[in-house]
Amino acid sequence: MAMPGMIKGLGVTMKTMVRTITQGADTVQYPNVKEEPTPRARGVIALHEENCTSCMLCARECPDWCIYIEGHKYLAPPRREGGKPRQKNALDRFDIDYSLCMYCGICVEVCPFEALFWTPEYEYSEPKIADLLHDKAKLGQWMETVPDFEDYEAGSEAKKLTVPK
Amino acid sequence: MDPTQSQQLAYIAGQAADARVNVELETDEGMVLNLGPQHPATHGTLRIVAKLDGELVIKAEPIMGYMHRGYEKLTEVRTYPQVTALINRIDWLGNFANEVPFILAAERLMDVEAPPRAQHIRTILFELSRISNIALFLGDMAVQLGAVTPVFLAFRDREHVLNQIEAVTGGRFHPNFDRIGGIKDDLPAGWIEETHAVMVKMRKFCDEIEDLVLGNEIFQARTRGIGVIPADVGLEYGLSGANIRASGVDWDLRRDNPVGLAWDKVDWKVWTHPDGDSFARYWVRLQETREATKIVDQLLDTMPAGPIMAKVPRIIKVPAGEAYIATENPLGEMGYYLVSQGELTPFRVKIRSASFSNMSIAPWVLQGTYVPDVVTILASLYFILGDIDR
Amino acid sequence: MISTFAYELSYWQQTVLRVVGGLVAVLLPAGSFVYLYLFKMMSFMQSRLGPMEAGPYGSLQLLAEVGKFAQKEDLIPERADRMVFKLAPYVVLVSTFLMVIVLPAGPDMLMSNFDVGIYLALAVSSISVIGILMAGWSSANKYSLLGSLRATGQLIAYELPLVLAVVGVVIQAETLNLQGIVFAQAEGDIFGWGGIGNPFIFTQFIGFALFMVAIQAELTQPPFDMPVAESELVTGYLTEYSGMRFLMFFIGEFATAGVFSAMAAVLFLGGWYVPGIDPNSDWFNLLGPAVLFGKMMLVSFFIFWFRISYPRLREDQLQRLAWKVLIPIALVNIVATAVLKVVF
Repeated sequence: MAMPGMIKGLGVTMKTMVRTITQGADTVQYPNVKEEPTPRARGVIALHEENCTSCMLCARECPDWCIYIEGHKYLAPPRREGGKPRQKNALDRFDIDYSLCMYCGICVEVCPFEALFWTPEYEYSEPKIADLLHDKAKLGQWMETVPDFEDYEAGSEAKKLTVPK
Repeated sequence: MDPTQSQQLAYIAGQAADARVNVELETDEGMVLNLGPQHPATHGTLRIVAKLDGELVIKAEPIMGYMHRGYEKLTEVRTYPQVTALINRIDWLGNFANEVPFILAAERLMDVEAPPRAQHIRTILFELSRISNIALFLGDMAVQLGAVTPVFLAFRDREHVLNQIEAVTGGRFHPNFDRIGGIKDDLPAGWIEETHAVMVKMRKFCDEIEDLVLGNEIFQARTRGIGVIPADVGLEYGLSGANIRASGVDWDLRRDNPVGLAWDKVDWKVWTHPDGDSFARYWVRLQETREATKIVDQLLDTMPAGPIMAKVPRIIKVPAGEAYIATENPLGEMGYYLVSQGELTPFRVKIRSASFSNMSIAPWVLQGTYVPDVVTILASLYFILGDIDR
Repeated sequence: MISTFAYELSYWQQTVLRVVGGLVAVLLPAGSFVYLYLFKMMSFMQSRLGPMEAGPYGSLQLLAEVGKFAQKEDLIPERADRMVFKLAPYVVLVSTFLMVIVLPAGPDMLMSNFDVGIYLALAVSSISVIGILMAGWSSANKYSLLGSLRATGQLIAYELPLVLAVVGVVIQAETLNLQGIVFAQAEGDIFGWGGIGNPFIFTQFIGFALFMVAIQAELTQPPFDMPVAESELVTGYLTEYSGMRFLMFFIGEFATAGVFSAMAAVLFLGGWYVPGIDPNSDWFNLLGPAVLFGKMMLVSFFIFWFRISYPRLREDQLQRLAWKVLIPIALVNIVATAVLKVVF
């Protein structure tokens, strides 16, 4: 009446139990211990306002239409004496609604002026849904948490970008 | 017609469809049991209406559609990058594998070929998705059968694979990483080493599962001879993936339908099993997971250097035409039939999802089984509701 | 105890003591099993830590759960049979409490020195079948009905190996009295060496194995938990129970596990006896309950270990195991015990 298969199964559970007692579990006790996600993890989007020219590409490409941009044109003084005044865009409003955002990354990817960056921050839940609309100032604050871009593996021909500080 | 009247008619039509099922089953002998949309055994909102005689199933009918999200209609009004972001969510456990056939179809219409390094990385991510998906299956089928421990081991070891996918793409479940012409970004430094270590862990996990579940006599008593699907019946119903390989048919799209990814550059084996029962399906998937770890190891060692993106225009407009590409996804054969008219958005995308065809065999195979066997068979066929209903 | 410490307690004081003792005997094992085995051991075997927040290392989690269950709404389905529905948990609990009456925890620490103790215990333990049937049938739910019908078949089928396994012990101890069985083990000897007495597990190892399998089935624990098959029947016969009523079933299940393990300890492992001290001494009145508790924890460790590791058997496979495998083995065991008893 030997049942080796069942005995081996008991061995696996016993081994797991002993390992958990002696070496600790594979889970961490959040929020006392927090695991670090990888640097490329898509946590929240940060905005570097100086680079943004209100080209509206990100708002157009977003599948959920969760980015709200308003800007106005103004005349900047000419570069040299006696030149024409230059027309520039100023950013009035740049909101991302994180209750709609599906974290696909299309906006970060299509921005031609490198004004949007991913950061691995994930602890921004709010009791009220309306507070999930991050405005320009808050998106600028997220820039402090953007990690530097990592080096690439050997054999890669991609160029590493830098994060503006 | 004003909206309220059309809504009323739609409601009545829905009730009538429901009533047909109910009346049809209520008029015969036996008790009707709804393994209903909310049930721990079905992977999501699937409804199986079973007519029982005691514990014997006389007739069973699956009713799908509780999770229909209108994917094929959505793709008509989304641009190609947006569609790529959306289709990640069809089979939400086989993360990267959903994007690949669609991107390959678009590349075929655009007559663009991704560089070798991109194909290589695509194949690695594809196999990692396979490992994470099937690892969940190995734990999940055990829990459907009553063993509560293997599913925790599965989740624990799957985390390592998901961390690796996150390190490259930024997303654990929805990578959104494939682009027409290549992939989005290159591998971070140190990734190859870490992934080798993760593959060692996954092989150890497979050994543990073999000891804990596969070798268990109770598990074998529950799955051997249950839900036998002969090869010809399976082929008639359109089964694909591990389900049909477990019935002895030697058919694997990775080998038999080359689409440009790097499977022909590595040395690997297709696993089949002669019985067609639930045990065979579990066994084949376990061996496939081990094989996938070996494929990833070989691919990591032979990574070519080079660019990761071919020359494509910034705004993607796929030329007019039709293309169908199918790949061997973790669940089975998944294909995208892409019809384009040269616009920014596809004209029509038909999604051939594996689980929809796999579920079609349910009335045939569930007849004459016991209620516990219904759960076993459905678990071994392994469907994901998002894949069935899209 | 009463005469030893020169205390003369009146009848009502003894009754209070007995009631308190009975409650402790039932609830203490339930609580410690739930915490130690269900929360902690199961978690460690699954590579996680289990509850850690409520109290140090989560030790007060059961109190938190009791509080949670107590404040839930008392739901009774509309088409359920109200009186039967409400009565079912109590029927299951009654069988557990009645079994504790004959369980000895020391030479004088027992509620009633029944001469047919083991017979009463086994008879009373089958009352729970009625409770489960009542629960499932009155719930007006097809899943509950399926679960309770499966339970009835399973529990009745596994009563027989349970009883037959015990017959071997009774033959060897020459008495049905549980206290007498403990003394037989305490004062017996193995081939003339009386060092550790004669715990019946050495000679009745087949009976012990049968008893353990039968307990696993009587408690509807995996691998025999078809009645409560969580992935098919949601919670089987318990589906419609919520709040305090569910808690009663829950505590009843673990209390029954405790009582059955204690019974196994008494029958096979020597009960409250540890070798080295005279079984009639008064120290055992203080030491005995602790010893019995320890042995009970040891036996139930195995019950829960099997629960965590194995999938469940299908109903007809269960029945086949009971009728075609376990009962013949038990009968052979009885015949062998009887023959060897006469020979030696």
